Amino acid sequence: MTTAARTLERGRVGESVKRVDAIPKVTGEFAYSSDLFAAGMLWGHTLRSPHAHARIVEIDISDAVGMPRVHAVLTHADVPGAQTYGLEFADQPVLAIDRVRYFGEPVAVVAAEHPEQARRAAERIHVDYEPLEPVVDPERATEQAPIHDGRPTAGHGFRDDARPNVVRTIVIRHGDPDAQAEVSVSGVYELGIQDQAFLGPESGLAVPDAEGGVDIYVATQWLHVDRDQVAPCLGLEPDQVRIHLAGVGGAFGGREDLSIQIHAAMLALHAGRPVKMVYNREESFVGHIHRHPAKIWMEQRANRDGKLVNVRAKILLDGGAYASSSAAVTANASSFACGPYAVENALVECTCVYTNNPPCGAMRGFGAVQSCFAHEAQMDKLAAELGIDPVELRLRNALAPGDSLPTGQKITGSFPAAEVIRRAAALPMPEPEELPRDPLRLPGGSGNTTRGQGVKRGVGFAVGFKNVCYSEGFDDSTAARVRLTGTGNGLEAEVDCAAAEVGQGVVNVILQTARTELELDDVVLGSATTSSVGSAGSASASRMTWMAAGAVQLAARAAREELARRGGELKPAETIDVERVYHHRPTTPLDPETGQVTGDGAHVAYICAAMRVVAEVDVELGLTRVVWIGTAQDVGKAVNPQAVYGQIEGGTAQGLGLALMEEIQTRDGLIANASFTDYLIPTTLDMPPVVAELVEEPEPDAPYGVKGVGEPPTVVSTAAIVSALRDATGRDLNRVPVRPDDIVGLS
Amino acid sequence: MLAVRVELTVNGERHEADVWAGESLLYVLRERLGLPGSKNACEQGECGSCSVLLDGKLVCACLVLAAQADGHELVTVEGLGQDGGLHAVQDAFTETGAVQCGFCTPGLIVATADLLARNPSPSDDEIREALSGNLCRCTGYAKIFDAVRLAAGS
Repeated sequence: MTTAARTLERGRVGESVKRVDAIPKVTGEFAYSSDLFAAGMLWGHTLRSPHAHARIVEIDISDAVGMPRVHAVLTHADVPGAQTYGLEFADQPVLAIDRVRYFGEPVAVVAAEHPEQARRAAERIHVDYEPLEPVVDPERATEQAPIHDGRPTAGHGFRDDARPNVVRTIVIRHGDPDAQAEVSVSGVYELGIQDQAFLGPESGLAVPDAEGGVDIYVATQWLHVDRDQVAPCLGLEPDQVRIHLAGVGGAFGGREDLSIQIHAAMLALHAGRPVKMVYNREESFVGHIHRHPAKIWMEQRANRDGKLVNVRAKILLDGGAYASSSAAVTANASSFACGPYAVENALVECTCVYTNNPPCGAMRGFGAVQSCFAHEAQMDKLAAELGIDPVELRLRNALAPGDSLPTGQKITGSFPAAEVIRRAAALPMPEPEELPRDPLRLPGGSGNTTRGQGVKRGVGFAVGFKNVCYSEGFDDSTAARVRLTGTGNGLEAEVDCAAAEVGQGVVNVILQTARTELELDDVVLGSATTSSVGSAGSASASRMTWMAAGAVQLAARAAREELARRGGELKPAETIDVERVYHHRPTTPLDPETGQVTGDGAHVAYICAAMRVVAEVDVELGLTRVVWIGTAQDVGKAVNPQAVYGQIEGGTAQGLGLALMEEIQTRDGLIANASFTDYLIPTTLDMPPVVAELVEEPEPDAPYGVKGVGEPPTVVSTAAIVSALRDATGRDLNRVPVRPDDIVGLS
Repeated sequence: MLAVRVELTVNGERHEADVWAGESLLYVLRERLGLPGSKNACEQGECGSCSVLLDGKLVCACLVLAAQADGHELVTVEGLGQDGGLHAVQDAFTETGAVQCGFCTPGLIVATADLLARNPSPSDDEIREALSGNLCRCTGYAKIFDAVRLAAGS
């Protein structure tokens, strides 16, 4: 039974505070991006490519145009401005031009009065395709014909890799990459394509204004970068495109790239009426990028005392058809390939390739998930080879402040890797449960497949880490605006910040920070929009708590200074209105030849987590049950502890999904399981209790010492769960998601 | 497109609407009756986010045609609270931190209210089984279990 005291309604930094949006969310009043309505609204629909790779010979819209109640049928020829867009490289067409490069690529859009009319009209668009051989094997992609003309990502300061279909290659050479040691262990590790599978589908409403501009209400992670991509494609000035955050039904990286934004705006501007678009679940699976599938070859060399001497890794990421944020994912996968361990020598080579597979980009963990799965499997293997306890081996190698990463970046802030290892390892594990027991608590669950025979218990452990904030010279600053108004008997405060509330609770971070700094209980949060405040940067990279708190703190302190200057009081209706921009410390790119840091270093700060897992496996049927998870996570400072625990529990569940069940299946580039019937995510029956401990070692540069919390649980849990399955089965299990066939030895 | 007239009693109020025969109950609630609380996460009966009570029985509104619901009584998440206050399950979800993005929340609240109406003191295994048809992508379910236990004890 829960014994929690009632949460606070209006708390300050460090207190568990009820979400400010909780009541509208439990009553059904909260307006998500798919709930919007406007008078005279039309429905948009997207016609998508049925091919992974094809040349478009002709698009004939004439049958669709003439259908009743159809108000717009648009193709690439109707894109008013730039034909392509992208987060880092504008390599993705708004609507396919002469070629489609992935299954589900948008080809045309339609607006009609009813969604079914729009869907039927899209069916009447005739597209003559000439199928091309798809590039689907990332290991062969660099030897096949390029799927893009030119090299979209060349000339951005990256290592020059002229092989076809290379998005980015990073080579990190550290110390003596040929250094030998007393023992060596190696392995090859693979991860399938994971989907963010946020529950709220891509959706939004575009409303034309009377002067050629447009308001777009949408679920996104970064309003201002959406605007900066949308406006050029619409041929409009940035201030003619106003983007407003509608309710976001989860994000996890999958809303960093655009979905409906340009399409809905084009249709609305063309028809002169508001246009709503809502993807269904099948469309959502092709409507956003995914986590990069990876293949990782890794060798660790160590001495008998357990000290790592050299790590050699080769990482191949499949970026799919368009670049999205692949270049940054490549940097993360390579920067963190050696794990949170001090190692004096390393050679890491990481390449991300273009293919005609589903496009990949940001997902919670962002490159670190893939690397963690490999380096932690290696650490267990090394522990077994050396006869050293796996926890002890990790402690002996744990990175600490003052140490350097293989990129040469010295850790100057907090980095309590040893502490999270010790704290996670000290959590008491549950005793083995008696038999017989309810089948719900056996592998196979309500399938009632065993009474306990063939069930073995295993214990796993893993450590993972990643960076907080953007990296390699990116100044992802955050603006906040504070307005104080005299009421006659005190002050009212309003805060504006364009930080995207995606479920993580940044609205509370903003309010708790403002209440703390202003020493006021009554603070109102304005709506997040591009029209009232500067950019907040993206709700991603575990950065939003740090950056929003930093910006609100700056603005609130500036407002208080002005208040003091005016004598500490405001007359009724007198206001103070200040906007401030918070920057994290500067970073610089990795050297393209050596992969070593230049200048200030590539990363702002690091966060780590350790996890112990108890699992049961039916070794005859290959079925699993995760029994218990205990974790300790480095969070800097918990602004809202209840929300921090919630992030850890939820992030752990996504890692469990990748470990056991989640994979986008493709056949020649075509997605075969675009539904929740066939792409499984963890349910109440899959998730065990998660016992989490917070390690609060303040980050010196950050407001209140905060770091971030969203990603480490996802980084570490896939590795930790598979570690437990290996312990139970004695098998290598080098690919996730682990299938029953792998457990029983049929694959 | 073929239109049919449906009459529904939703949260105690009678509604009439002329709908296309292919429209789901979920679409009609959300787009025609101004009740978007029931959510559209999968529209194929896998996620439970559109859970409503149809003549007191828990159903996925996406799997029921509006025309099938003609003449029947519905309760949606908007109709659970009484006298302007929150239902005990709604209050428990806000208290325990069971809400993150909240897209699964309306369906889970309706499903939990249904569970507790049938079984006021469910065991942990009974909670897990009863809510296994409601997907949540944010919370890992821990705080949802806390919410159900809190509501059961209240």
